[in-house]
Amino acid sequence: MVTLVHPNLEDTDAKMSARNVSIYYGDKKAIDDVSINIPTKYVTAFIGPSGCGKSTFLRALNRMNDTIASARVEGEITLDGEDIYRSAMDVVQLRARVGMVFQKPNPFPKSIYENVAYGPRIHGLAEDKGALDGIVETSLRRAGLWEEVKDRLADSGTALSGGQQQRLCIARAIAVDPEVILMDEPCSALDPIATAKIEELIDELSGRYAIVIVTHSMQQAARVSQRTAFFHLGKMVEYGRTTDIFTNPLEERTKDYITGRYG
Amino acid sequence: MSEPVAPLRAPTRTPAFEARLKKRYAAERRFRLAGLSAIVFSVAVLAFLLATMGLNGIGGFQRAELAVPIDFAESGLAGDESTLAGPTGVSALEAQGLPDVVAFYAGQALGEQAASELSPNAWREVAEAVVADPSLLRQQATFHLPASSDLASALRGEGSAEQIALASELERAGKLERNFDGGFLARSDATDPQQVGIWGALKGSMLTMLVTLALAFPIGVMAALYLEEYATRNRWTDLIEVSINNLAAVPSIIFGLLGLAVFLWIFPTYRSAPLIGGLTLALMTMPVIVISGRNAIKAVPPSIRDGALAIGASPVQVVFHHVLPLALPGILTGTIIGMARALGETAPLLMIGMRAFIATPPDGFTSPATVLPVQIFLWSDEVNQGFVERTSAAIIVLLVFLLLMNGLAIYLRNRFEKKW
Repeated sequence: MVTLVHPNLEDTDAKMSARNVSIYYGDKKAIDDVSINIPTKYVTAFIGPSGCGKSTFLRALNRMNDTIASARVEGEITLDGEDIYRSAMDVVQLRARVGMVFQKPNPFPKSIYENVAYGPRIHGLAEDKGALDGIVETSLRRAGLWEEVKDRLADSGTALSGGQQQRLCIARAIAVDPEVILMDEPCSALDPIATAKIEELIDELSGRYAIVIVTHSMQQAARVSQRTAFFHLGKMVEYGRTTDIFTNPLEERTKDYITGRYG
Repeated sequence: MSEPVAPLRAPTRTPAFEARLKKRYAAERRFRLAGLSAIVFSVAVLAFLLATMGLNGIGGFQRAELAVPIDFAESGLAGDESTLAGPTGVSALEAQGLPDVVAFYAGQALGEQAASELSPNAWREVAEAVVADPSLLRQQATFHLPASSDLASALRGEGSAEQIALASELERAGKLERNFDGGFLARSDATDPQQVGIWGALKGSMLTMLVTLALAFPIGVMAALYLEEYATRNRWTDLIEVSINNLAAVPSIIFGLLGLAVFLWIFPTYRSAPLIGGLTLALMTMPVIVISGRNAIKAVPPSIRDGALAIGASPVQVVFHHVLPLALPGILTGTIIGMARALGETAPLLMIGMRAFIATPPDGFTSPATVLPVQIFLWSDEVNQGFVERTSAAIIVLLVFLLLMNGLAIYLRNRFEKKW
């Protein structure tokens, strides 16, 4: 079975692209022959029912699957045309270029400042304390958190509310100035108001970074993304512009899913 | 149409339900009572232990002393700051006949019979006082000198009737009394319970614990980190895990035999040395630190590792910036348990010769020493009654040392404890 690609998808310059990617956990095939281009300027959403492999595929894009001993990736995933799974690829550098925000907010049990400053510090991105302060402020501003925390940067990051924690994690990811940000259901642990803030933030960040977001909420995909890929049972069923996918799905299963018949 | 529905009866409002509810509460009360009595029992046992130790031990910190006034001005002893300085001061005074001077004034003040009950080395305390302050030689001073162990026993009401009579007579005259013996914490082992001190064993224990900590902590933590963070799960790591768990359960005397066979074979001249004792105890402590360390490392949430990896931290940075600081409180708890066990350990140290009679405190890691629990064991074996109280006093010193060590570890643990 081949992925259906909408005909009017003008293929803009691809930041990342996957060619015939299959991912295994031991003998179990979690992702089957997926090919996709992640555009530079847009937000790409992966949707699909639970267990369809969209998070697995997302984690393959910055090799976070390396931490799972049984995971194995076949096929080719490129970043700016370079294969990220080739042996010469430096994983540390890759992850600095392709940042990630997780489902559950996971700030470090350190101060808010230290959370954001950690990435630039380990990569040596700041010349001195002043430059580091600047990076921290810019990152927190871009994550829309600066006004709320500027007077308590020394407080623990874990003392913030869930939504603030997630924005702190976004600030932490953008502090190392990545080219791509992967978001794995970033709003699933948040209330509607915090969710709205994150969505607003994704909107502001798009254009500056290539963003890939995995989401369970079709409304969210419709609101924040310009490209949507529908995954089902380890296969990418359909891929196209978000408006096309939601108004004119080509596949029966896609239609069933977005109309809420299953999932 | 369907059957007429029976009127809805809440199953939680029947008498049977209320009876069950009562039983549940009764069970809860019984459980709480059982828990409380367990706590009360433990506290009572602990209080009994501490009270016994305390009551016996107080005597151990005291000794029977005879008051001897000495008029140095008429004794004819000579010397000043320059001639008495240094380690030769005491022998210089001995050569001038200080022992006889002390015996003479003791005889004058206490009578012949009582003077013979002065501890044979009592003059040394006078000599040390004079060396510390040579201006005493121009004055008259009263010294409280240790009585012989026979007289000390008599003061407690033990021994021959004659001795007891002498002791009570001297006591009535105010010439014999039990005084706080500060020197107990400064002296080392001796054959006379009036002369013993705990400092040698205490210092030996400190040196041994330092060696143990310096070896077992870093090696244990590194092993735990490697096994948890780097090693892939396979038959070999399983084997290592089983071995470490077994090692933690091996009786301590076996480690002593190992120390005897291996360490003393490599360093045959370091018999009884804190270095060898520390090495042996480190072998014993390490598995405890590895096991508790691995549990603490396992308890660090994986999301923290993911978060650090995802912004490009290398595995080593993840471990040292995030995992280790978060696991440190748990690792320290394990270290406290291991070190406390090592501090109280006697059997393996007997094997490597730390049970020798050593009358001087160790100078360093390689000089012969004994440790607190071994010293307690040795004193408890003594026939002389005076050692009973000294043993209790040594136990108190051991417990206080343990308490201080644990207090430090708990302080460190709380400092590193973080919430997430």
